[in-house]
Amino acid sequence: MIIYILCFVLFLVGLYGVVSKRNLIKIIIGIAIMEYSINLFLIMIGYIEGGTAPIITKGFENAKFVDPLPQAMILTSIVIGLATTALLLAVAIRLYQKYGTFDINKIKDLKG
Amino acid sequence: MNSLIPLFVIIPLGCAFLMAMLGRFIKNINKFITPIFMLFLVYLSLSFIFKSQGSLIYKVGGFEPVNGVPIAIYMVMDGLTKLILLVISLVGFLAIFYSLSYTKQYTAERKFYVLFSLMIAGMNGIVISGDIFNIFVFLEIAAISSYALVAFGVEKHQLEASFKYQVLGGIASLIILLTIALIYWNTGTLNIADISRQLTVNSQAGTNVFLKFISILLIAGFGLKAAIFPFHSWLPDAHSSAPSPISAMLSGVLIKAIGIYVIIRLFFNMFPLSYEISMTITVLGTISMIIGGLLAIGQWDIKRMLAYSSISQIGYIVLGLGIGMLVLVTGGNKAVAALSITGGLFHLLNHSIFKSLLFLSAGAVEYRTGTRDMRKMGGLSEVLPITSRTSLIGSLAISGIPPFNGFFSKLIIIIAAIQAQYYVLAFLAVLVSVITIAYFMKLQKYTFYNNDGSKWIEKKIKEVPFSMTFSMILLSILCLIMSLLIIPEVRTIFLQPAVDVLINSAYYTTKIIGI
Repeated sequence: MIIYILCFVLFLVGLYGVVSKRNLIKIIIGIAIMEYSINLFLIMIGYIEGGTAPIITKGFENAKFVDPLPQAMILTSIVIGLATTALLLAVAIRLYQKYGTFDINKIKDLKG
Repeated sequence: MNSLIPLFVIIPLGCAFLMAMLGRFIKNINKFITPIFMLFLVYLSLSFIFKSQGSLIYKVGGFEPVNGVPIAIYMVMDGLTKLILLVISLVGFLAIFYSLSYTKQYTAERKFYVLFSLMIAGMNGIVISGDIFNIFVFLEIAAISSYALVAFGVEKHQLEASFKYQVLGGIASLIILLTIALIYWNTGTLNIADISRQLTVNSQAGTNVFLKFISILLIAGFGLKAAIFPFHSWLPDAHSSAPSPISAMLSGVLIKAIGIYVIIRLFFNMFPLSYEISMTITVLGTISMIIGGLLAIGQWDIKRMLAYSSISQIGYIVLGLGIGMLVLVTGGNKAVAALSITGGLFHLLNHSIFKSLLFLSAGAVEYRTGTRDMRKMGGLSEVLPITSRTSLIGSLAISGIPPFNGFFSKLIIIIAAIQAQYYVLAFLAVLVSVITIAYFMKLQKYTFYNNDGSKWIEKKIKEVPFSMTFSMILLSILCLIMSLLIIPEVRTIFLQPAVDVLINSAYYTTKIIGI
């Protein structure tokens, strides 16, 4: 049980980074940490104590297999995470070119 | 017709790929391909509405269920799906036709059409998939392309809005992924119909505390995507900074397809209905209806006002659906619940038409005058006669003036609220309708009237090009035609199948698992 709680703590660490940090890059790192914690959580769901890779070979037809579906889901979510992070960084670089700073206190033209 | 279902994803996805490859060599190919395939999607969704009955299922890869457990990815086409698909393709076609002239101001025109097609593919995918993980994947496709489209002009404000949108959208996506992981942990399946069965049959999986936790997380995740209060703060920035056809798509279709639709589908068809969750949804809808309306009054940026008005109108839709949920869960009259849900769905349909019309008109004004500040406008009806008329029709429709469509959908919601004896909600709905008239009168007065427009005549401002006026005129005609949905015979074709799916919550599950 403790490991799930630690995983949730990791999620909250990422959320803390997004909410409290003032630097664009640190916010992006916060989002990345949240994403990793959820990927970790997904892989733990599929894990079974003493399980092997889910490939049926001769002599191991009745072995204990780990659940392969979360693994497929994580591969997809990692790729999606790559796309979101790349786009976030691209926009952050463009923002730096326009404003000359990464500080979000100075980047607030839009309000009201 | 089952085998035609995946075409809704394949066509836009394939065209996006094709355009990204060929656009480099053949000039303007994107401008031909995109409207043509959007028109084809309109035809396809209409033919599904008229020719097919009940739910159609397509199993990807053709894997049959093993021992009654579905193992393939399911694509489901039922009444609600058909309705949303029609809205997506219709508004998408008109928005892309409008962009043919509008995008001339950008240097990377080609990429606009590619991203647009990807967004359409994502939205269609969400609507037809019957599997929560696929909903997540398509949601990310739609969301990532919309982030890029919001920042398309790469000016200061657009980048800032896009960054804000991406951070909040990213958090929402992660919350949704966490929820999917939790659901899989407890039920061992990802298929919506199968999850629904597991939650009812398997009492251990469907414990009350677990269900509440999941529901709250889902409301937070999809509420962020749909910009329901208190998750609305990104919407005014993103929707007002985006290029106008994209604002029309985002406000008109995207927040409904990736926010409202998924909330409806999951809470009506997947979870057993519960009083607390229905109450939460209704209250959030009511608050966002009021807050959006009040915040819109003070705005001077024309597109920002429309964006706040979107929050308010989304509140109406959620209110209608929430009252339907409440009536169903308290065991009230089913006819009242059906009426309320009809009102909510009807307003969803109407809002996508008139809000895209208003955004396109605002875009036309910005295209010619180069400003979005209402204080610098005035008298534009002299030089932009068509835009002024279409914008007036859109304003009348959204404020609920008969004979336009907005009147009828608001009327249905208010009547349903009274019949369900939620008098306070009915009163608030009427009040917000009055507020809506107030800020649209402000918009009309300051933008198009207020002075004789000699400033603009001197500058030799002309009416916008044909492709832009065509879309706006067609949308204003649709504003009138949609009123016909109030006639019962027409309603049975379009709205009734969608309402039936939602009213009989168990029907969806039995239909899919039973086959």
